[in-house]
Amino acid sequence: MPLAAVAWRSTEGGADGFWRAISSPAAVSSLKLTFVCSLIVVAINAVTGTLIAWVLVRDSFRGKAIVNSLIDLPFALPTIVAGLTLLALYGPKGPIGINVAYTRAAIVLALLFVTLPFVVRSVQPVLLELDRDMEEAAASLGAGGLSIFRRIVLPNLMPAILSGVALAFARSIGEFGSVILISGNIPFQTEVASVHIFSQIESDDVTGAAAVSVLLLVISFVSLLAIDTFRRWGSKHEK
Amino acid sequence: MRSRLALRAVALGYLAVLLILPIGLIFFRTFEDGLGPVWDALTNPDTIHALWLTILITLIAVPANTVFGIAAALMLVRQRFPGRSVLNAVIDLPFALSPVVVGLALILVYGRTGWLGGWLNANGIQVIFALPGMVLATIFVSLPFVVREVVPVLREIGTEQDEAAWTLGASPFATFWRVTLPAIRWGITYGVVLTTARALGEFGAVSVVSGKLAGRTETLTLRVENEFQRFDLVGAYTASVVLAVLALLVVLAMNVFRKETDGDRGAARQQAVR
Repeated sequence: MPLAAVAWRSTEGGADGFWRAISSPAAVSSLKLTFVCSLIVVAINAVTGTLIAWVLVRDSFRGKAIVNSLIDLPFALPTIVAGLTLLALYGPKGPIGINVAYTRAAIVLALLFVTLPFVVRSVQPVLLELDRDMEEAAASLGAGGLSIFRRIVLPNLMPAILSGVALAFARSIGEFGSVILISGNIPFQTEVASVHIFSQIESDDVTGAAAVSVLLLVISFVSLLAIDTFRRWGSKHEK
Repeated sequence: MRSRLALRAVALGYLAVLLILPIGLIFFRTFEDGLGPVWDALTNPDTIHALWLTILITLIAVPANTVFGIAAALMLVRQRFPGRSVLNAVIDLPFALSPVVVGLALILVYGRTGWLGGWLNANGIQVIFALPGMVLATIFVSLPFVVREVVPVLREIGTEQDEAAWTLGASPFATFWRVTLPAIRWGITYGVVLTTARALGEFGAVSVVSGKLAGRTETLTLRVENEFQRFDLVGAYTASVVLAVLALLVVLAMNVFRKETDGDRGAARQQAVR
């Protein structure tokens, strides 16, 4: 019901009002920024997430169990704390002299932090189950490590990677807490969509906020559908 | 072998830069000036109030979602009814939805000018900018976890045991209490741990509906932000460390219970894992 209220409220100003709210320069720039940052983040996640899952499954070293449980930390850590921690290290008073605070790089960094578990946790179980026979066969036929990975492992992992990516994307699009401190929320520069909605609520433009929210709602729903599709594809692969 | 070491180094390096260093630093920064300022920040009445408020909200939201989660999972797995697939999709929505949108939705329904707002106001019940709204927001965002953990277990165990109990004359309640519930207990526990983590740490949705009045509607996560905006870094860091310690405990619990669930259902878990 609350969600229906958002949809209903967003049409209060008619189709015209809806369009005006989502095509206002501030809304467009925040949506564009959110979209681009999320795309960058999931692209990085697809690579690093698969890599981390690989190392956690196929490699063995001391302290692996600890590393494995650390992966869940971004999920358990409140997002505002995540933002503050990143700001402490990569902000103006950071000890290493790297200062990304109030830039777009900061948004990407925050999103990378909060979306870290998704690809790892979706690829890991598939990789564990994966039969090594095929890889060994390929190796005995003279294939190199890289081509085994590209031709045999990667196709098997693809559904899992994509469903992790879709989850991370949905999360990035709506992320609020971790971004709010580190991005500075400068309109037209570092204001992401959720922060834009938030500031519209604060300035009592509820209809405008509802319009942008509906857009985010649709994106979330599409991501969920995509995840479902990838999962089905994945389970078909296994059979 | 060299490439394996290189991969390991890259993966661990990435985790260190993104995860371990920032969190380590926040602990260091908090205790940099000794324990005195930390103790002062910790015993500040507003901090204590924020901590209690966070715990109170969690204590309401987690049982509510546990009961709902078990009921919804039973319905999704064991019953066919029109709209089942819609319910299935809707339950996941809080997971993918921006918390700010959740907050806005609650304001539109329960706020002063909202659908139910007029009626609630006339009866002297304030939801938005008060505790009920914050509880609702927390319940909303932490809704999917118990359902999502219990559904795969229920699928896995099937209904044979329930039917056996039934033919032996057990009442539906006794069947549920003595057969179904013990079978899904680790799924529930894991779901509860995840729900607790989310409830303790929720910021966006609560931030929209709370009004952020220090000492009244300020939870621990909101306090982190408010203290930071007031340039009281020690206060912000201290509240963060409290939350981070809670998060570490949750991660620890997740590990313990994940092993239990793995023992319980093995392969089923593999497919259900997100």
